[in-house]
Amino acid sequence: MSEAPLIEIRDLRKIYRVGRVDVEALRGVDLDVARGEFVAIVGPSGSGKSTLFHIVGGLTPATSGTVRIGGQDVGAMSDAGRTRLRKTTVSFVFQKFNLLPNLTAGDNIELARFLAGKDHAADPHFQDVLKLLGIGDRLRHKPSELSGGEQQRVAIARAVVNHPAILLADEPTGNLDSANSRTVLELLRDLNQRLGQTILMITHNPEAATYGHRIVNMHDGRIVATPPPT
Amino acid sequence: MTYKLILENMRYHPLRSLLSVLLIAIPVTLILTLVGLSRGMLDESKNRTTAIGADIMVRPPGSSIITFSGAPMPQGLVKKLRQEPHVVAATGVITQPVGGGISNVFGVDLNEFNNMSGGFNFIEGGPFKQPNDILIDDVYAQQEKKHVGDTVNVLNHNWRVSGIYRSGKLARMVLPIAIVQDLTGNTGRVSLIYLKVDHPDNIKPVIASLQKQPHLEGYPIYSVPEYLSLVSVDNVPALKSFIHVVIAIGVVIGFAVVCLSMYMAVLQRTREIGILKALGASRVYILELIVAEAFAMGFFGTLVGILFSFGARWIILTVFPASLQQAIVPDWWPIAGLIALFAALLGALYPGFRAARQDPIEALAYE
Repeated sequence: MSEAPLIEIRDLRKIYRVGRVDVEALRGVDLDVARGEFVAIVGPSGSGKSTLFHIVGGLTPATSGTVRIGGQDVGAMSDAGRTRLRKTTVSFVFQKFNLLPNLTAGDNIELARFLAGKDHAADPHFQDVLKLLGIGDRLRHKPSELSGGEQQRVAIARAVVNHPAILLADEPTGNLDSANSRTVLELLRDLNQRLGQTILMITHNPEAATYGHRIVNMHDGRIVATPPPT
Repeated sequence: MTYKLILENMRYHPLRSLLSVLLIAIPVTLILTLVGLSRGMLDESKNRTTAIGADIMVRPPGSSIITFSGAPMPQGLVKKLRQEPHVVAATGVITQPVGGGISNVFGVDLNEFNNMSGGFNFIEGGPFKQPNDILIDDVYAQQEKKHVGDTVNVLNHNWRVSGIYRSGKLARMVLPIAIVQDLTGNTGRVSLIYLKVDHPDNIKPVIASLQKQPHLEGYPIYSVPEYLSLVSVDNVPALKSFIHVVIAIGVVIGFAVVCLSMYMAVLQRTREIGILKALGASRVYILELIVAEAFAMGFFGTLVGILFSFGARWIILTVFPASLQQAIVPDWWPIAGLIALFAALLGALYPGFRAARQDPIEALAYE
């Protein structure tokens, strides 16, 4: 018997109310992601990729449908339950890095450990991750003193420091030049291959999407078989 | 980590943090200065009364502990009291408020007063020589830059300074009793009578004996130590209420400052709050963070307010040494601190709840 998917999404719908108009951001999405999989989600702006991420990450509830992570129904979780989900199970890497500007790189990473209640626990394994990310000597610097590529690597370190089951990367190379983009994508692939990290990555960039095991195309709030015409 | 986050947040917006701390410090300074002034002036008054050397005070019927208004006692009473058993000296004084009621000029019979107190310790000049002579103490002389022979205007009259005495006894300014009585329409009347007895053990028996005399019925008669123990903020009419009003103003200012500052902080940090939420920070933690930062500002505001109260004291002692005395009141530091923290808590609640309720997606999209 094959292992149950880590993420099971069924008929997921999300309607936003903008003024007096209902906007259907997701129109029935079905998706399974296996543990250890690296999935690239591709689609034009407004196709519902980010909304899908926000629901999977517990940042916003769905209008209908279900999202199960490790068998747990995210939609049935209370606000506290979704907060716990973000602490322990799902983490984010954003296009704009989203590091706290007033903390050093090291403190940004430490903050994630603190919020997960692990600030006092030693984690020798994490030193390997820092080595892998190549930011061991940049931890005392504030984000404003780091290049975009370095900031994104710190953000990745922060995202994986608590060993989440799922890493959601929303356009992680969107603010980087091509060299830094490649570095970040290779790091994500390394994390996936060496540590078995499950990754869902949103990207506009077809080349970046090839780093995943498979590509999921989205258009108008639905998953489509082939990429939509650009 | 929370402390680091709070301190780094404050350091990241130094001007906002500094202004908030300074604005919280102002009501703290106000409270400490007001209480310090009340206590300083009362202590000064106690010290000057103690230095008179009297054992017993006879006050007019119906007079309050602090104020000496008018001169309702006949001066003849001084002579009668001097003849009482065990009384070795008696003197009556008349007091008249000057300088907006902040201090009093005293009219004394210098011979009687010298007999009781041992006299003034003159630094310059000496006792009255002419009818328009005045004695002033060195603090008043220094503040007003006066020397013997200079003119001082008190009670709408110009007086010649005949002597400058070391401060700490009776009053800042002293005139001949008869002249003050005539000027204030109280000829033959006094405001207070001081008695000295032959032995401290006889203070109580003398008071008991005086209280039994029919012609002294209704006259408050205190031993000087008993009187001094009654001189406190609680017994000064309206002072306590005034302090309460200042405390209330302090709370309102502190609340407004912290509310505005933290509201601004929440707006400035919308994106950061979104990041914290994305990392798994709960609503309660976000609220705690805002309240803790407000507390930190309240704490630093209290420290700065305490420092400012020393500054206020220095200014008062430099500019108005004769009129105002401010004590440093360490027992009020925790009270002022609690008031600042209470105001900070009130001020942080609305911004804190607003931050806690913030939608993480909107917050993360905030530019």
